[in-house]
Amino acid sequence: MAIPAPLDAARIRSGTRTPAPPPWLVGAGVLVALLGLVPIAYLVILAASSEDAASLVLRDRTLGVLLRTLLLAGTVTTASVLIGVPVAWLTTRSDLPGRRWWTILTLLPLVIPSYVGGYAVVAALGPRGALQSLLEPFGVARLPELYGFPGAALALTLFSFPYVVLSVRGALLRLDPAFEEVSRSLGRGPWRTFLSATLPQLRPAITGGALLVALYSLSDFGAVSLLQFDSFTRAIYVQYRGSFDPTLAAVLALILVACTAGVLLAESRLRGRARYHRSGGGAARRPGVIRLGGWRWPALAFFAVVVGLAVVLPVGTILFWMARGIGLGEPLTQVWGATLNSMLASGLAAVLAVIASIPVAVLAVRHRGLIGSMVERASYAGFALPGIVIGLALVFVAARYLPGLYQTLPLLLVAYLVRFVPEAVGVTRASLLQVSPRIEEVARTLGRPPGGVLREVTLPIIRPGLVAAGALVFLTAMKELPTTILLAPTGFDTLAVRIWSATSEGFFARAAPPALLMVLVAAVSLWFVLRQERER
Amino acid sequence: MTATLDSPPVTMTSMADQVAGTEPALALRTLSLTKRFGEVVAVEDVRLEVRRGEFLGVLGPSGCGKTTLLRLIAGFERPDGGGIEIDGLAVSGPRRHQPPERRRIGMVFQESALFPHLDVIGNIGFGLPRRGRVTRVAEMVALVGLAGLQHRMPHELSGGQQQRVALARALAPDPALILLDEPLSSLDATLRAQLRVEVREILRAAGATTVFVTHDQGEALEISDRVAVMRAGRIEQISTPSELYLRPINRFVAGFVGEANLLPGEVRHGEVQTLVGRFRAGNGTLADGTRAEVLLRPEQLHMLPVERLSTPPRPETVLRIVRRVFHGSEVHHVLRSDSGLELEAATPSSSTLEIGTEVIAHARAREVPVYPLDADAAPGSMEPAEAMGPTPIGAEPRRP
Repeated sequence: MAIPAPLDAARIRSGTRTPAPPPWLVGAGVLVALLGLVPIAYLVILAASSEDAASLVLRDRTLGVLLRTLLLAGTVTTASVLIGVPVAWLTTRSDLPGRRWWTILTLLPLVIPSYVGGYAVVAALGPRGALQSLLEPFGVARLPELYGFPGAALALTLFSFPYVVLSVRGALLRLDPAFEEVSRSLGRGPWRTFLSATLPQLRPAITGGALLVALYSLSDFGAVSLLQFDSFTRAIYVQYRGSFDPTLAAVLALILVACTAGVLLAESRLRGRARYHRSGGGAARRPGVIRLGGWRWPALAFFAVVVGLAVVLPVGTILFWMARGIGLGEPLTQVWGATLNSMLASGLAAVLAVIASIPVAVLAVRHRGLIGSMVERASYAGFALPGIVIGLALVFVAARYLPGLYQTLPLLLVAYLVRFVPEAVGVTRASLLQVSPRIEEVARTLGRPPGGVLREVTLPIIRPGLVAAGALVFLTAMKELPTTILLAPTGFDTLAVRIWSATSEGFFARAAPPALLMVLVAAVSLWFVLRQERER
Repeated sequence: MTATLDSPPVTMTSMADQVAGTEPALALRTLSLTKRFGEVVAVEDVRLEVRRGEFLGVLGPSGCGKTTLLRLIAGFERPDGGGIEIDGLAVSGPRRHQPPERRRIGMVFQESALFPHLDVIGNIGFGLPRRGRVTRVAEMVALVGLAGLQHRMPHELSGGQQQRVALARALAPDPALILLDEPLSSLDATLRAQLRVEVREILRAAGATTVFVTHDQGEALEISDRVAVMRAGRIEQISTPSELYLRPINRFVAGFVGEANLLPGEVRHGEVQTLVGRFRAGNGTLADGTRAEVLLRPEQLHMLPVERLSTPPRPETVLRIVRRVFHGSEVHHVLRSDSGLELEAATPSSSTLEIGTEVIAHARAREVPVYPLDADAAPGSMEPAEAMGPTPIGAEPRRP
């Protein structure tokens, strides 16, 4: 006789289940959200105020930049898929000797920031690079041209293909072997089974990984600028440095944002669907191992080349130049000033980003109304904004309205906030989801107003999450290059800026010690992110 | 309709009233409380009065609105209509909404919701002012029997211990009202049965007024002073547990509280004729020819094997035992007639009647609840709400 009332569904639909948030919380959340929207809004105003914005968009040069950027993103993405899918398959499904080691080695390039990668490529293969100086005694006067498209595509591919490996690996491990077994039992051989049963199921994972790579290569500044390839980020930077008219730079930045936003949108759509596909039930059994036989030799050679270029080359180059630098008496002490600056700016950014993430996360998790979801979405805008765009917009805003702030630490911190609040919100949100709303309600009945509940109950409970969010922002901010170049106070060198400027000027030995430090920082942050994901 | 049924729309008179003779202070009063979520009416026209020190159970199937009712009382939801008074003070009304922290209520949820960053003492003392906190916490620890566990963290406690801490925490500030939202349903059956008695004793010792929401009818009947049965946002009946079992107001309550046989029959000469005998049809208000159902609990049905009868029975009254369900102290027999009607009869478990035995059944009670099947058949009909069209909010209550 029980009546199954669809109450819960109705609650979710109508959204009235969550109480109205207190005004101070909404105020704080809106403030943080606006912070993320200011740069993009200002660029739009700037571009719209120009009378010939349309003609700027359609100019040959702009179109040239767009085509070059898309060509680079397309090439890097394709190459990453061509490397990443076989790597993922061979390390999960075949009897490749040393699979476990190859897995770690092929994921390691993730810890190399793009400008360190760019540095490694230039310092190893460029003119006056390590390779040439090793080959010179044999009469090799000139290596093939590296700067421009080939170098940029090589550097970006080498250090972003692991995104595809990670995504496809995950899918392969979750794959239900029953599909393949059915295909084999119906008389298809292993190769046709892979093409007709396995590959279609991997498609969401491949596309997901590919989109991440595309996003990475669209927004990258470090590698393309060091390798002097005129994609959007470098063109924006050159335009900004070389002319007093900010309009063209703003227009270029907006087109770039449109590209990244499109990629991000496609990725989030796809991720939602992929999750849905998986939810049908995980694979209880691990799929069988496929014997490579004689194919294992070409497979090993493939891995040797990939790991050689993506791991041995950068690490070897850094160590080579470091040794040479020490030999030449290059002072190591210079690094400490930059390290302290990096730590100061990143530490402050981490604290501020965590504080800013709290109202956004609380609104998003506890007050899933219109305001809550709008604030959450707006705060994610930073994900779609490449660092160069945020830096540029804030430079303009400061030059126009707040000249006193230009090239000061506070403005740099604002840029870091716009860039890293989304990251902090992600972690804070996840830990807040672990706290039952009942606990907060109990605190209300025991006499605490909403603010008291936040201070005495919610924040103490999610403290480990807040610490994690802060650490994540700290480590990512350490690596940040483009906003730092544009906004750092004069003479305020960070490790990232030091590597970049030394490499641009050809001082490879001087760039080596900070590059090594940066790889270590990045390794810690990767370990951190992976641990967070596992806990979730 | 039973002889004694004269349920007023708000509450039935209870023992406390009759003993005291005067109007006792109310700890809680709701005035035709209504709450909608979009299209769905979660709570509709609910009127409750709970006396100081009383233990009221709110019983209903999942989704009936009982948790929403509790959250309205606590102040986590704003009503769309009606009002709430706690200890004589209006806390919810048309233009009034006191936040939960000002309502002097204590709450215990299904999941214990202990503060994971505080130990037992920290949890119990959370709602207390600094002055006198230590003494009061010690009293509470003793009351719920947790001496020795004061410095444990929540994850170091068993499920039952956690709920006792949650109860002590709710009781510590001496609230006007304790609200329990299925506090035992996350525990396993044995522990639950034991803890429900313990919780009742603790609340009695503390002199607390309690509203206790559950979907478990055994739990509600066992420990409540009175039980409110809810369905689809409305309160169907508020009575003492025995009244609820013996004289349910309609078929829904009859079926939800205990096991029910509803036998169809027809009124003739003021009596309902059924397969197992004739029963007095209320106050004689049912017209001849009215079709009605008679409520018989399994223990009221008595079986006689056909082979032991001296005269052969009328064939349509013969039932066959199709299933035996052993319950320990008694055995339930499922009986089926040729027409497909199924009845359940309970006997002491020493009964030796086998599956397949043909029996006739008769009832030991003569005065039993009767529910007319046709809503328009008679004045004073106790037809369940589902047979009627929807009532607009604010309209007169449809129960007589």
